[in-house]
Amino acid sequence: MTWLNDTLQGIFVGGGYALTAVGLSLMFGVMRLVNLAHGDLAVCATYLVTSMMAALGVPFLAALLLMLPLAFAAGAVLQLALFDRALRTGPLAPLLVTFGLSIMIQNLLQQTYSANVRGVPAGSIDVSAAHLGGLVLPGLSVLKLALALVVIGGLSAALRFTGWGRRVRATSDDVAIARLQGIRVRPLFATVTGIAIAAAALAGTLGAVTTGVYPTLGTLTLIFAFEAVVIGGLGSLWGTLLGGILIGVTQVLVSQVSVPYATLASQLLFLLVLVVRPEGLFGTGEAAGQATGAEA
Amino acid sequence: MTMKRPGTPAPPAARPPAAGATAPVQVSRWSTAATVTTACAAVAVVLLALAPYVIGTNLTQPMVTLFLLAAMASLWNLLAGYAGMISFGQQAYLGIGAYALYLLGRAGISPFAAIPLAAAAAAVAAAGIFLILRRLSGGYFAVASWVVAECLFLYVTTQGWLGGGTGVGLQQLSSMVPVVREADTYWTALAVLVLCAGGGYLLVRSRFGLDSRATGGEPVAAAAVGVEVQRTRRLAYVLAAAGFGAIGAMLIISGLYIDPASVFNINYSADMLFMVVIGGLGTIEGPLIGALILFAAQQVFAQYGAWYLVGIGALAIAVVLLAPAGLWGMVSGRRGWSLLPVGYRVRSHRRSP
Repeated sequence: MTWLNDTLQGIFVGGGYALTAVGLSLMFGVMRLVNLAHGDLAVCATYLVTSMMAALGVPFLAALLLMLPLAFAAGAVLQLALFDRALRTGPLAPLLVTFGLSIMIQNLLQQTYSANVRGVPAGSIDVSAAHLGGLVLPGLSVLKLALALVVIGGLSAALRFTGWGRRVRATSDDVAIARLQGIRVRPLFATVTGIAIAAAALAGTLGAVTTGVYPTLGTLTLIFAFEAVVIGGLGSLWGTLLGGILIGVTQVLVSQVSVPYATLASQLLFLLVLVVRPEGLFGTGEAAGQATGAEA
Repeated sequence: MTMKRPGTPAPPAARPPAAGATAPVQVSRWSTAATVTTACAAVAVVLLALAPYVIGTNLTQPMVTLFLLAAMASLWNLLAGYAGMISFGQQAYLGIGAYALYLLGRAGISPFAAIPLAAAAAAVAAAGIFLILRRLSGGYFAVASWVVAECLFLYVTTQGWLGGGTGVGLQQLSSMVPVVREADTYWTALAVLVLCAGGGYLLVRSRFGLDSRATGGEPVAAAAVGVEVQRTRRLAYVLAAAGFGAIGAMLIISGLYIDPASVFNINYSADMLFMVVIGGLGTIEGPLIGALILFAAQQVFAQYGAWYLVGIGALAIAVVLLAPAGLWGMVSGRRGWSLLPVGYRVRSHRRSP
């Protein structure tokens, strides 16, 4: 029963990773942009929530809801101001620009908030756990997994059934032809990045309730999210959910044996997938080309 | 800097040649400016080598930092600027070099003599790690190499015989006379820089230069015209790793101590990116200029904490988006300068009146 419970806890942890990763997966799939500042933007949003709670005296949930439109706007502005241009400049530019942005954000946060770990008081939606037989259902983790399902389900439905989704899919297939069909690509990309950053901000803030937040937290956040995307397979949002869950389960199960090796085990899982199946578990052939540069 | 193979048709000369006359052009690689630069560089190395006798070891210590920064930038540029492989995981080889030197020292080998062995250890490790990375490109390659460095970091922190998370010290050197040790460290760091930057320059002038530029620009097209893409990438990766191994060995020699959190730090990759991008990606001169700029920023703005990194990051983003050729690329592109020429140039003869 304990291993069953451990697996369940791993699934919950993985739900949090997937919620962070879904934005990375979306930007990756639509724009071929690897946003290396993804985790740092989530951390930024978390600090913003703590600052709003302190400055405005609003409860956690209100600050979280206030932050989401700001995160969307920040994502859209970054896309219009930096990422669009980087994508036009060349294949290496997006990596250089987003990595530079990541270093800027980390040092900016360190100078503003110091390097110490800061707690995020969750207030009303605190972490009370329900027990079901031998299984533990921690409230916050259940919420994160549920949100991951809602966000991924909602995005998949929106991509499939709405006009916005059709435009996004068309642009993802071929930007030039999408333009010829009259799709305005720049505002479309801005909405995609806005949604991606808002989802990451939501995941980061909820995650920080249990772990606290510090300026360099974004590095590990990005690595786990990236691993979830790659393991699941580029271009598949549900694959990203499964990738996140696989990482979470691996970490929790290994940590039962040896805590120091838990993170290492999930990193090795990622490298193993890269060697054996670089297109990911649910990836398409096109994704494999993205990973390997379609080399001879 | 556009590369021209000898024998490619020359662009139309300013004055069309008279019918029947051979095309009045000359293809050359070297130039007077290059001779002057090379001579100046040789003199500069000799002067720098004499420095410990003149300025004392207080000033040579920061110079060691500068030399190692410049060496790292040159090697990172070899990967990113020529072979098209952006790696955020080269700190892995800094760590391997440093820990290899520590282990060799414990086995009784003099640290300064062990540097080539530490470099070789890093190269061997790179040849193995390249098997994991070889099919990847772009963002996949960048993040996967970063994860490899994270794995090494996590592994070292769990290993008691490598000092775990607290790190290891280099006992042998602590007993040396400080002045002698610091001078030796300085000369070795200078030698590492000359080997990394000079070796990189010679490598880029060889056939590898053309192969790697083709590979970095468009691997499919490169393979189609007969470039051995994987061999070129592996060569660049392994040789760069050997250089990073030597630099890692110098980090523990100059600091007498190393801990996993600092040597496997992603900030090394950030520094390398800043130096190379600001100086000029894919140029020989650029990374050296970038190293000078980063070093100056570190020295001047150190008292303002990490703000200088925010500024340098913003500068790097601006350079990538607004002037992708970097500072040196802007200057050389506008003036047609090439102090350390890599490509061939076609010049038209002026007919004497």
